Amino acid sequence: MISRSIVPDTIARQPWGMLVPLMGLVTLGAAVLYSAAGGSLQPYALSHVLRFFVFLGMAIVISRFNRDMFRMAAYPIYGAIVILLVLVEAIGAVGGGSQRWLNLGFMTLQPSELMKPAIVLVLARFYETLPHAMTASWRGLVPAGLLILLPVAFVAIQPDLGTALAICFGGGVTMFLAGLPMWWFVSAGVTALIGAPIAFFTVLHDYQRNRVLTFLDPESDPLGTGYHITQSKIAIGSGGIFGKGFGNGSQSHLQYLPEPHTDFVFATMSEEWGMVGGYFVLFVFALVLSWGLRVARNAPDRFSSLLAAGMAATIFFYVAINLMMVMGLAPVVGIPLPFMSHGGTSMMTNMICIGTLMAINRWNTRPNSLS
Amino acid sequence: MKINFRRLIEPRHVSAGTLRNSFDRRSLIVGGVQGGIGVLLASRMAWLAIGQNAKYELEAESNRVNLSLIPPRRGWLLDRNGTPLASNRADFRVDVIPERMGDKAQTLGTLRQLLNMTPIAVQDLEDKIEKARGFAPVEVASGLDFERFASVSVRLPDLPGVVTQRGFSRFYPLGPSVGHLIGYVGPASAEEYEKDHDPVLITPGYKVGKDALEKFYEKDLRGKPGARRVEVTASGRIVRDLDTREDVPGKTIKLTIDAGIQDYAARRIGIESGAAVVMDCQTGDILAMCSMPSFDPNSFSDGIGRLEWKMLSDDDHVPLRNKVLRGLYPPGSTVKPMVALSFMEAGLDPNESVFCGGGLRVGNRVFHCWNHRGHGQVNMAKGIYQSCDVYFYHFAQRIGMDPIAAMAGRLGLGHDFPLPVSGQSYGTVPNPAWKLKKYGKEWQTFDTVNATIGQGYFLVNPLQQAIQASRIASGKIIMPRLIHGSDYEAPKSLGIAEEHLAYIHQAMSDVANGPGSAPHARLPFPDIKLAGKTGTAQVVGLNIGNGKGGQWKHRDHGHFICFAPVENPRYACSVVIEHGGGSPAAYPVARDILTYIFDKQKGMDILTELEQGWGGTPKQRLDARYRKYAAEYGVGAPAVSPEQESEAADQANPPTEAPQPIVRDAQSPAPEPAAANPAAPAAGAPAPASPPSPTPTATPAQTPGNPQ
Repeated sequence: MISRSIVPDTIARQPWGMLVPLMGLVTLGAAVLYSAAGGSLQPYALSHVLRFFVFLGMAIVISRFNRDMFRMAAYPIYGAIVILLVLVEAIGAVGGGSQRWLNLGFMTLQPSELMKPAIVLVLARFYETLPHAMTASWRGLVPAGLLILLPVAFVAIQPDLGTALAICFGGGVTMFLAGLPMWWFVSAGVTALIGAPIAFFTVLHDYQRNRVLTFLDPESDPLGTGYHITQSKIAIGSGGIFGKGFGNGSQSHLQYLPEPHTDFVFATMSEEWGMVGGYFVLFVFALVLSWGLRVARNAPDRFSSLLAAGMAATIFFYVAINLMMVMGLAPVVGIPLPFMSHGGTSMMTNMICIGTLMAINRWNTRPNSLS
Repeated sequence: MKINFRRLIEPRHVSAGTLRNSFDRRSLIVGGVQGGIGVLLASRMAWLAIGQNAKYELEAESNRVNLSLIPPRRGWLLDRNGTPLASNRADFRVDVIPERMGDKAQTLGTLRQLLNMTPIAVQDLEDKIEKARGFAPVEVASGLDFERFASVSVRLPDLPGVVTQRGFSRFYPLGPSVGHLIGYVGPASAEEYEKDHDPVLITPGYKVGKDALEKFYEKDLRGKPGARRVEVTASGRIVRDLDTREDVPGKTIKLTIDAGIQDYAARRIGIESGAAVVMDCQTGDILAMCSMPSFDPNSFSDGIGRLEWKMLSDDDHVPLRNKVLRGLYPPGSTVKPMVALSFMEAGLDPNESVFCGGGLRVGNRVFHCWNHRGHGQVNMAKGIYQSCDVYFYHFAQRIGMDPIAAMAGRLGLGHDFPLPVSGQSYGTVPNPAWKLKKYGKEWQTFDTVNATIGQGYFLVNPLQQAIQASRIASGKIIMPRLIHGSDYEAPKSLGIAEEHLAYIHQAMSDVANGPGSAPHARLPFPDIKLAGKTGTAQVVGLNIGNGKGGQWKHRDHGHFICFAPVENPRYACSVVIEHGGGSPAAYPVARDILTYIFDKQKGMDILTELEQGWGGTPKQRLDARYRKYAAEYGVGAPAVSPEQESEAADQANPPTEAPQPIVRDAQSPAPEPAAANPAAPAAGAPAPASPPSPTPTATPAQTPGNPQ
């Protein structure tokens, strides 16, 4: 529906108004990764672009599915991923202190990532089939809560706090939009405010607790756990308005910046491209997310609108947490920046979200497919 | 409240329409929150990139650029002929900076493997790291071959806190022979850094002078460090050089020392504990100044390890003490030429003689000559070359102590000299006023008796002995010099009559070349003669030992002062052998040193043969001893505490005013075995020796012991 009038009909199916800026973002990401690899396409930039196009293909395939296929697939996909999560717990590979990956032989899979869109899908399906009158009753809350808690529990014991929060967030936003009574959310928020400090001292692992403490006072331990945040802020701050120029980022090239190609890719980019680059990234995300929200609002039925809004929220969660982290507004949580960070799983998750949004967009723009 | 309660049990009416409405409203809320967070992020970004840009730019720059100092090449120390005594050699070295190390145990383990370190070396390194302040670099190894150096260099990214460097290290070609003369270098201690905040002190690889000339001329030898601005990674790896300023090497200092003589003299002392000084007796140039046993300054530069420490502290020959400057010894009979000069100046006719029957009765006391059988009729010359004590006892009673003490002062005893050294001992030239002031006691007859034979309160160091010999030889106020070409003034005359000096020269020549006490001191040249004077200084009273055998610590010190050639004195030399059992231990050393000076080959031949018996050169003996200790103790040697170190420093630098116990009796020399003095019968005129008075004439109210 966006700018259809200026593109030929043959290719007007795709939402170019969103896809073109997105490609620009991926290109910028590739440029940053090229620089982070010391001016080389290997090992990051090339695979980043290749992955984007592979997953874009996948997204287009997803966008071809019709609503009924989504509806039918919702519970089986959810179940399959829960089984994968159990498998991770049983046989998964341990990396970075937590057990997250499943080695499939040809690739390593992080099932918790797949759960982020899956939880939105299954909840959209759940609320669609739930009789409207029950939305405000316990039958609208408890099954949905269990659907969220089950995977969150598995992810949390990996332990992977960031992903667990992302799943909660995606699920929570879907429930919120499904029309559950507002005061439930208010009281849940109050409970969280009270429960968070308790959880901080009991549930969190030491390294997670440290990250939170460091976030609250990064300068207290500049060479220890506060190192990440401090170096990231130095990178962003020293970039200034126009940046140090392509390939000139000293923070990333001299390895002061941790993870310059994954979690801290935004800092790497800001150092070289400055605030201009940063605002470009924010602008593209704003375009993509507002497009997603518009798709949700234009969706003709409950399932599509909930699905679309949930997918947009999932992408938003990635972006918001990652950017807040690199700018020192949130604790260090291992969440990559969509479309810029190097990493297959997050690219896949985000492209699943995009693909789903594109599918819903197609349903919106092609009324004849309405069932 | 009521409404909420009702809602709980009875849900309000919900339809597709209300849900759609609710979705529309709530999706706006979600969008608003997202937009709000977007604005928050954008403003945070602006704050970081614009508001705090200057601060973060500075921090990024200080991350990126590392200013490292290039340690300046230390100035060389040359001998008078330009031979290096201390130079620098290019080497590959590895240091660690403790506070930058991550997992210490792991890093050290890797280093040990890469560098092939022995357990002893590892232990020493751990000790050093423990003692070091975190920011001060600690040397792991230097003088590495390229392979081992490279093996560490390539692993640097995995070894935080490890610094590899191509630099220069101090090298002392003569090793132990110059230990005390030159000193050694080592990493600056915390106290040194406190005093002198020059950042070069904590540059890896930089060493400061720790002793002797290296310490005295530290400022001149240091030079100016170069600087290198480099781009470094977070792990400290150097990416590229930004700019470099070359270092300015320290000044070269040329000494009056003759490397050959210095080395020879040090080696010739052999396994004894002693000191030797050789001077040019016309100019005062010190040609050699050595104290043995010594240490190898090359092996000290990385700090003194436990095993080295144990070796040093186990050695009763006190290798850390510079005996030339800080050793104090009763000079024994070496003072006799000086005393004789004072007699002549006081108007004594040298031909006036006294009968020596083995002792001299003064009042109701008898003071023994070392030769209890007596020397017969003794004049001044015979008193010197036969070293007759009675002659000096007798005439000292007539002349008195003050002229003797004045002459001692004129010849350099009891003084220190303007030399670039730290801590010279003055020694003591006793006189009545001094005794009264120090002990509140009147000067006694036995004090004069003791002083004339260089016992009692009399204390000198080997440097003073050499200066005394030089001044007697030249008749000039010779001042010792160590720095070549420094403002030199022709020495003035002492003001001693030429004929007096000639008389003494002849008598001293007769010591070796005539009917004297040391015929074996004669030089092996037909045309070059030396003039000398022996001295045997008692260490303990006769009630403890006779000074010749028994416990090493109780044996007499052996002295010899000499100059050569007699007719036209050029070289003066003094030798002291601690606890050598008397002068026969000392004069062969002096003789061989002079032999070397006049004929290097001849001197070397003698030394080579001797060293075969001693187990090699001092360096080889030290190395052998180290291997023995390493095999015996391994890593079992006790750690060195800071108290022990300062104790050792005290031992090396005894207080210049050593507490001298009050002397309450004459310190008569022990009877010499007749065989030790074959010249004595040849002295002629062995008058019927009156047997030494057996009556132990009472020393009124005084203890018979004569502690010293």
